[in-house]
Amino acid sequence: MALPRQIFDTVIVGGGGSGLRAALQLAEAGHRVAVFSKVFPTRSHTVAAQGGIGASLGNMQEDHWLWHMYDTIKGSDYLGDQDAIEFMCRKAAEVVYELEHFGMPFDRNADGTIYQRPFGGHTQNFGERAVHRACAAADRTGHAMLHTLYQRNIRARSQFFVEWMALDLIRDYEGAVVGIVALEMETGQVVVFQAKSVILATGGAGRIYHSSTNAFINTGDGLGMAARAGIPLEDMEFWQFHPTGVAGAGVLITEGVRGEGGILINSNGERFMERYAPTMKDLASRDVVSRAIDQEIKEGRGVGPEKDHVLLKLDHLGSETINKRLPGIREIALKFANVDPSREPIPVVPTCHYQMGGIPTNYYGQVVAPRGSNHSEVVPGLYAIGECACVSVHGANRLGTNSLLDLLVFGKSAGDHIVEWLKTNPQHRDLPADCEDLPLSRLARLDSATSGESVSEVGRDMRRTVQHYAGVFRTGTLLREGVAKIREVAERVGRVAIQDKSQVFNTARIEALELENLIIVAEATLTSAEARTESRGAQSREDFKERDDKNWLKHSLWYLEGGRMDYKPVNLDPLTVESFEPKVRVY
Amino acid sequence: MKFSIYRYNPEKDEKPYMQDYDVELQPSDRMLLDAIIRIKETDDSLGLRKSCREGVCGSDGMNINGRNGLACITPIKDLKEPVVLRPLPGLPVIRDLIVDMTQFFKQYNSVKPYLINDTPAPQKERLQSPEDREELNGLYECVLCACCSTSCPSFWWNPDKFVGPAALLQAYRFIADTRDEAISERLDNLEDPYRLFRCHSIMNCVAACPKGLNPTEAIGKIKEQMIKRMV
Repeated sequence: MALPRQIFDTVIVGGGGSGLRAALQLAEAGHRVAVFSKVFPTRSHTVAAQGGIGASLGNMQEDHWLWHMYDTIKGSDYLGDQDAIEFMCRKAAEVVYELEHFGMPFDRNADGTIYQRPFGGHTQNFGERAVHRACAAADRTGHAMLHTLYQRNIRARSQFFVEWMALDLIRDYEGAVVGIVALEMETGQVVVFQAKSVILATGGAGRIYHSSTNAFINTGDGLGMAARAGIPLEDMEFWQFHPTGVAGAGVLITEGVRGEGGILINSNGERFMERYAPTMKDLASRDVVSRAIDQEIKEGRGVGPEKDHVLLKLDHLGSETINKRLPGIREIALKFANVDPSREPIPVVPTCHYQMGGIPTNYYGQVVAPRGSNHSEVVPGLYAIGECACVSVHGANRLGTNSLLDLLVFGKSAGDHIVEWLKTNPQHRDLPADCEDLPLSRLARLDSATSGESVSEVGRDMRRTVQHYAGVFRTGTLLREGVAKIREVAERVGRVAIQDKSQVFNTARIEALELENLIIVAEATLTSAEARTESRGAQSREDFKERDDKNWLKHSLWYLEGGRMDYKPVNLDPLTVESFEPKVRVY
Repeated sequence: MKFSIYRYNPEKDEKPYMQDYDVELQPSDRMLLDAIIRIKETDDSLGLRKSCREGVCGSDGMNINGRNGLACITPIKDLKEPVVLRPLPGLPVIRDLIVDMTQFFKQYNSVKPYLINDTPAPQKERLQSPEDREELNGLYECVLCACCSTSCPSFWWNPDKFVGPAALLQAYRFIADTRDEAISERLDNLEDPYRLFRCHSIMNCVAACPKGLNPTEAIGKIKEQMIKRMV
């Protein structure tokens, strides 16, 4: 069967912050670029980011990119690559100013400059005190940014394939990526898109957890595509639990609440973060705060009939500040927790929020994988940016506001790199003859399966398994059991059946395809977590409580084939400044 | 809980019909979207769009007991049974609760929803006072769910000619931005018997907006600007 074909210079899979930023760079340079998105671009999950974009503009206090760089490295628990982190922190001001020029409605200071608020782990002078670094549009920064980027793409006439799902990458016999196969949801049509380069910008896969701040669309499609094409996934044991998800609902409450002066309290009314992080207190980095909350709950100081959450108190900020700086939070608290935060505290609990790991790349966004003696050889034609990528700038724990920054910096840098690369690679490479086989066989199985478990049933078991075995605190026994359990669930994913066989907007089929991607991420997570016998950043092992730089200052690489693990060193050499040597991490 | 849901699959249904469901809810199900997901667990053929489940992405706009709204921020406890769910009115139905939004986004694009400023940008940010920035509040928060435009009779009758409340709100978002230099071009673009002036201020859009925004007020301000430049 020969599928219809279309040809572009560059295909971008994903229309969120990073995909749109890259598209803009390419479209404005005059290239034929196609952006694929499962949802209308402004519905991408970037829209849910609240607090701000980290950049050392110094609008309200003295600030320096080197301090931002230090905070990011310390925040990463020294697992971040220092070349990429320097690159990102140095570019931060430039990409934020550009975004402002595109029309981003940032909040303003009296002198007309961009308003900046304090955020967890961001400090002045290498950890001395909290600094105002998060460039904010109220508590809707992601929404404002995503709409601004989409609007700018309308102006640049980027071409969008809205409500298309990318199924698989096409690699030729030399390993170069030469296109994708994608499915149009409205018609069920499957099309081959040939391209000189492909960017994966599919976001995170936080939906592997039962309790998650993530949108339904965050199913790790790019990670599944990469893994099926033989590319390893890096540092997948590191998942960020955001300290403040609304208890029970999972909806995010920004760290910006604490940036504006909100505090966490336990059942005794005690501001417990003072005990865990004497300097930064409630603005310590997220892994530290989430562990502290879990510890309080474990020791019986949780709140509520089940004593299973803590409280985020912000009534002392006054309704004026809340309405001006945190209007979205007020709306969420009223709707999802039935509390008015100007009077009562919000019940919160650590909730899965962000994937630090992903598809390994360098800071140009090029995907890299081990080959022979080179642990980071470029995969020709393939790029990955945003949450689906692991550059790695976040290492073992991301600082708040660095995710939106990551989207802008690496979206732009991948776009720029491709513009240059296209100059010397003007021709399309040939498509391999069997390029349709894998995606078509996946679809054929779903079409022909008449009996089997449902996607919702198997999906629920996957989410519960990951939640139970790879939570905030982990142990070897638990993880070993988890690996076995998730493999059983993976077997079941291969046998699910859908009742709906229609071609027209078949959401059951989309959810089944998404589950095939999610389960890959879930397996990578548990396997990588079990293998890493240390505690670092978001990975907290009760059987290995200390960070072990002698054996584990290295990145994990997980391969789908055989569930095999490999490792590569952390890059401790920045581009121009002295290296930051690993130190004990205190906030 | 009892539901009556609009069903239509062009591949097999000659015409749309209403299907009844009776679904057992769990204590954790608080919003209408949670209930619809329960239904979808038993009938995977039910088609709807959904994503953020917190009212910021604008995917799950639908007609709920006769009123447009977002399923994910509509509390179950406020709904009268049987809950009648239909696709947003006035747009072609692709399948079940999924409508074709092409016309809606065409109108959005027609107002040039992006900042126009051809003055070379400064090295840092363009300055804007907090007061000028405040003018954008109530405008930039739109999630493009189409609940307003599809509750507007003028948009139902002339979706190709009348811009509709959502896109007019965005038109004003840029007119109101002190950094934008194309105000007169933007007003020219709307000066037409249909594009702007088919709004008769019946305020269905205001009642429908799940984000509490006020397109009618924005439309009024555009009209004011037009009058101001005539005199």
